[in-house]
Amino acid sequence: MGEVKVKQVSRNPRTFWERTYVPEIAKGLVVTIGNFLTNLNPNVEKRDTFTLQYPEEKRVYPERYRGLHRLMLRDDGQVRCVACMCCSTICPANCIHIEAAEHDDPDIEKYPRVFVIDELRCIVCGLCVEACPCDAIRMDTGVHIPVFADRGEAFLNRDLLMERGTLSVAKQGGERG
Amino acid sequence: MPELLIELIKIVVIVFVFVMGVASAMTLLGDRKQSSAIQNRIGPNRARLPGINHALLGFPHFIADGIKMILKENIVPDGAHRGLHLIAPGLVFLPALLGWAAVPFMDQYCTGTLEMTAGYREICVDGEWRNYFQIMNYNAGLLFAFAIASISVYGAAIAGWASNSNFSLLGGLRSSAQMISYEVSMGLSLAGIIMIYGTLDLQEMVRQQGYLLGGWLPMWGIIVQPLAFFLFFLAGMAETKRAPFDVPEGESEIVAGYITEYSSMKFAIMQLGEYAATVFIAALIALLFLGGWQASFPLLWNANAAGLTILPLFGDTFHFANEDIPYWHHTLVALRVFSMVTKVLFLVWLQFMMRWTLPRFRYDQIMVLGWKILLPLSLANLVVTAFIVAII
Repeated sequence: MGEVKVKQVSRNPRTFWERTYVPEIAKGLVVTIGNFLTNLNPNVEKRDTFTLQYPEEKRVYPERYRGLHRLMLRDDGQVRCVACMCCSTICPANCIHIEAAEHDDPDIEKYPRVFVIDELRCIVCGLCVEACPCDAIRMDTGVHIPVFADRGEAFLNRDLLMERGTLSVAKQGGERG
Repeated sequence: MPELLIELIKIVVIVFVFVMGVASAMTLLGDRKQSSAIQNRIGPNRARLPGINHALLGFPHFIADGIKMILKENIVPDGAHRGLHLIAPGLVFLPALLGWAAVPFMDQYCTGTLEMTAGYREICVDGEWRNYFQIMNYNAGLLFAFAIASISVYGAAIAGWASNSNFSLLGGLRSSAQMISYEVSMGLSLAGIIMIYGTLDLQEMVRQQGYLLGGWLPMWGIIVQPLAFFLFFLAGMAETKRAPFDVPEGESEIVAGYITEYSSMKFAIMQLGEYAATVFIAALIALLFLGGWQASFPLLWNANAAGLTILPLFGDTFHFANEDIPYWHHTLVALRVFSMVTKVLFLVWLQFMMRWTLPRFRYDQIMVLGWKILLPLSLANLVVTAFIVAII
């Protein structure tokens, strides 16, 4: 049996005035009254409140803010997505549903016949954007997911996602050697 | 008939306009806006009056609250004593209003001209004193106020018992224990002040607080009895059952104490009763310790060659250096009422400040504070005051 090591902690004994509470209460009152008076300042800028009046004032989102998804477009306005399933595979929330179909154009192998994102399941991780090999899906709209009155509205289909789509500078199919 | 009319007007103005106005403004400004300012928040500012697109300090929220309270379902729990459950909010609320009968907002009104004798005694020439600023001119007003204040414990205890809920019962027990303990030190702390002024008449007490010590210091209760002021303030806060003494409704332990089982307007009346009690205690402190309606706050005057001079406001003149500056009698009336109202509002503000500064006491700490600290201190204060009064 080894000796139990006991660490002696020195506690600061309270002084007489601390035990009467009176000066301490006065100190507390000074703090709260200070805050109170600061926040009565007619000049709103000088107050300490940092509340954002949301619907009227909006926070500026950072450039890399992950907002609502969008599907990018080819130069001729068709969907860029080639239905490779990378995004739906990596999606940890399983919120992307893709049904592939054969494209009429022989140069294009597949296109998504159905492309639905369940925004209620989406955890806004951005992995789909990382996984996409052809810059087809992006989350850079800066629009946050709106309030849905009905669950059905949360299923954003291909056409809705393409509404926000733009042309990409990336070359479709990549550069071939 | 006009006498009766005046009585009615006094009751309406003092009880319904002033007390209810301040008490309900407290629910909004004190509890919600003041706390938000202390905690760097904005507080309620979303409700709007129709046609006015301005937050108006959150005032529309007050109306919204009222409408909400009235429209809510009034639930009486199974097994509750229906009759007592019904009258308990009234028993909490009424004492907070009854006490105002004795509170003077101004000296008796003089129908003639007001003159002042040596020794700062006001006399009424060519007229008579009229009791316009106090509902009931009662020569034991302080006793009356105390008797009424101590009745409110019944409301809390009955509410706790009648609700048929353990939380309510605990809350009722706690509030009775707390109020009875603190009433002892509350009464004893005032014994000293009664000895000094030698009267129980609140009006006369306030009149005596206008006398000057050494020609410049008004003889307010806080100056002649500083310790009693401190004790009475603490005990008064405990009496109103507001934080830091709000164990009777400590929401972390017993939901909402004796108001757990109350809903709808009964709940609102319980709450309003607490606020009204806060205002009443503030009025008592103002009357006993801060000179009541005396407008003898030291006014600094720099125009005189003598430099800063203090102007006691008395009778019909500013007595100032060697000259008397006459002023209109009604200015004095207005100043005195203003002085009383300001003092009450300041004390209410201070009580709310304390509420938002201090954490809640534990139940045993409250009992220790009441019986082991406040009671001996008030006894000591009483003994020392008795010696001093006997010597002088």
